[in-house]
Amino acid sequence: MAENVKPRVRVPRDATAGEEITIKTLISHPMESGQRKDGDGNVIPRSIINRFTCTFNGETVIDVTLEPAISTNPYFEFQAVVPETGTFEFTWYDDDGDVYTDSKEITVG
Amino acid sequence: MKLTRRHTLMMAVGSAVAALMPVRTFAAVEDEIAAFTGGAEIGSDGITLIAPEIAENGNTVPIEVDAPGAEAIIVFAAGNPTPSVATFTFGALAASQSAATRIRLAGTQDVIAIARMPDGSFVQASQEVKVTIGGCGG
Repeated sequence: MAENVKPRVRVPRDATAGEEITIKTLISHPMESGQRKDGDGNVIPRSIINRFTCTFNGETVIDVTLEPAISTNPYFEFQAVVPETGTFEFTWYDDDGDVYTDSKEITVG
Repeated sequence: MKLTRRHTLMMAVGSAVAALMPVRTFAAVEDEIAAFTGGAEIGSDGITLIAPEIAENGNTVPIEVDAPGAEAIIVFAAGNPTPSVATFTFGALAASQSAATRIRLAGTQDVIAIARMPDGSFVQASQEVKVTIGGCGG
């Protein structure tokens, strides 16, 4: 498994109903492309995060399929609508079967 | 070296293969685009792709795609060993059909973004990015 994988997510703490907010996510991951070779000329096997999803109270906001051409420490920025108080769930799927998650609560005042 | 008929033939084959190489990488992108669009015609209005004109480091090139109303946006890097970069699928709670990320580019090439609209049509935007240092190791 990839080591020291740490998701970081930035979501505003509160919003008004129906407000559009910007979400920024970053996860530390080497995203080994499978194109590089080590010192002995052997190909380093591919090991990337291949899917990222964001949902709010179970409804999809964005679903991204990642290929090896995404940089190390995949970063995403996107906009979401906040209809009510709830929780954003973020999920990253690793090639090796690992799943990394993070969640952020947001209050509609 | 004595030039026999066999040598001449081999050289001819070699140069033919060399000449075909760039065509083949180009065809790979065409194939992948066709796989996404199903061969449908591609328009050009209603999608924006923001990428730098010059990227010093091909390992992290910031890009941004925006296609109001799109169902999904797919991004290709035409000159990479594997052209597809990412597919963004937008759900009901996406406030705008836009996203920003950072990608790897092997060298100077065109970055292509294609959006699928809910009515089944496709729109495309592309931009050339000049890369000083490639991002595929070696």
